[in-house]
Amino acid sequence: MALDNAYIQQQLTAQFGEDFFSFSESYGMLTAEFAKESNLKVLQFLYDEPSLAFRFLTDLCAVHNPDLEGKELCVVYHLHNLTENVRLRLKIYTSIQAPQVFTATRLFSSANWMERETYDFYGVNFTGHPNLKRVLNVDEMDYFPLRKEYPLEDQTRIDKDDEMFGRG
Amino acid sequence: MMTETLQHIQLPEGSIEKQTTTLNLGPTHPATHGVFQNIIELDGERIVSAESTVGYIHRAFEKIAERRPLYQITPLTDRLNYCSSPINNMGWHITCEKLLGVETPKRVDYLRVIIMELARISDHLICNSIVGVDTGAFTGFLYVMQYRELIYEIYEEICGSRLTTNIGRIGGFERNFSATAFSKLEKFLKEYPEVLKEFENLFTRNRIFMERTIGGGAISAERALNYGFTGPNLRAAGVDYDVRVHNPYSSYQDFDFIIPVGKTGDNYDRFLVRNEEMWQSLSIIQQAYQKIQEFKGKDAEVYHADVPEYYLPKKEDVYTKMEALIWHFKIIMGEVDMPKGEVYQAVEGGNGELGFYLISDGGRAPFRLHFRRPCFIYYQAYPELVKGGMLSDAVVTMSSLNLIAGEMDA
Repeated sequence: MALDNAYIQQQLTAQFGEDFFSFSESYGMLTAEFAKESNLKVLQFLYDEPSLAFRFLTDLCAVHNPDLEGKELCVVYHLHNLTENVRLRLKIYTSIQAPQVFTATRLFSSANWMERETYDFYGVNFTGHPNLKRVLNVDEMDYFPLRKEYPLEDQTRIDKDDEMFGRG
Repeated sequence: MMTETLQHIQLPEGSIEKQTTTLNLGPTHPATHGVFQNIIELDGERIVSAESTVGYIHRAFEKIAERRPLYQITPLTDRLNYCSSPINNMGWHITCEKLLGVETPKRVDYLRVIIMELARISDHLICNSIVGVDTGAFTGFLYVMQYRELIYEIYEEICGSRLTTNIGRIGGFERNFSATAFSKLEKFLKEYPEVLKEFENLFTRNRIFMERTIGGGAISAERALNYGFTGPNLRAAGVDYDVRVHNPYSSYQDFDFIIPVGKTGDNYDRFLVRNEEMWQSLSIIQQAYQKIQEFKGKDAEVYHADVPEYYLPKKEDVYTKMEALIWHFKIIMGEVDMPKGEVYQAVEGGNGELGFYLISDGGRAPFRLHFRRPCFIYYQAYPELVKGGMLSDAVVTMSSLNLIAGEMDA
């Protein structure tokens, strides 16, 4: 049986139950959303199950949406089955007050820096990560710059007296 | 008493007991070819452990992109892998087109393929000749530079700039290729094979080069996959994954080419894979150029799709036609709302799968844009690659991985 979105959906529901996932499809890629506590179980199942075999972690990043109360931060995994050439997107949500998510570094070595980057910019705490510290920003930084509460500077602001840069 | 006053060199506590030397390779070291640091622990000349630090030229592109309309993000993508910026530009355009549902004409696709393959050649050329430089062969590097120069002249003919190209627009190109561009391309196609052959002769069966590169920085296919390797580095380890074949974009399915694979994933195999890819790219360009010449009449003039919302109208139309003026104003002021959606689009960049993950909430700028930057992901394997090897091999490994600091740090 060819590996397609319907089959993945069916396999995942059979393993984890009916209400576990909420599925959607965007531009041909299946997206599965589920509770953050089970991220390792799901990743492991997708890795081990021979008919699914999602063994390549393409990308890992986070999204901040301040409007979603209690699930402000979203961690997105892009998985790829290279033999069947099918991609899959997984999403887990966490609140910004307690952004704890289990690390995927034991399964994928590539997750190491990607999780560090996600921590660096969004402050997602990956529990069990071997070396969770900032990777692109300076260590002394005390905020998470890609969160939406830090807007880029308004180019038209006039309260800054800075003649060197044409303001003021 | 006497011995104490004669001690001029103060060694740090415990340095004699530990029997190893700590060496800082970088951030600005001629061997790193870019701004990143490696703290290497040496036992004699053997590497015990390595720790990499990146982020020295982080420029917050993902944040900046959240305030910019789509067309203003193209110049940001230039500055990722600046050795092959046209591929990044095209990848970004293709991502936008996927989100907007734009169909590009075949001629545009083929023109893009020509540009992307030229960029791939210039990228691999730099990487391979730098491997040569690090093994002590400077000639190749200087010799091929003039052909990279020719590639840059072709870019210049099309878009006006050379390194950070900002080439193309959503839907196609900003202008049609000029006759000069095509004649330069013909010159390249005619002269380059000979140059590449000669470049190959300098290295491929060169005893010294082989001794220096075979076995250094090797990685198994399994480990490479686990580390998220893509592109030539993964193929050198023996996995035939190429985005151009697996998820064709820009009509790559119309072309006939093979994916070279290596076996051991060491520096020599990486060199060979890149070398063969240059031949394949050359053949793709020839095919694309032939296909372009087959277009006749009006079809031969097409260089962009019809997307008035995103493609800037001609200047004379802006001055004479109302509709063109409105679109021009809206595009320049960034007043076009994007459709809602979430798209991931990957292209085969110079050093691996370059992915764009774009989330739009229906606004004028992306809600979130994430770049999957191949060398950021595979660089974390570096300590494992060099462990147990010689210091001088670590330098070659670094250059043969094709690490581009701009891409790594975003």
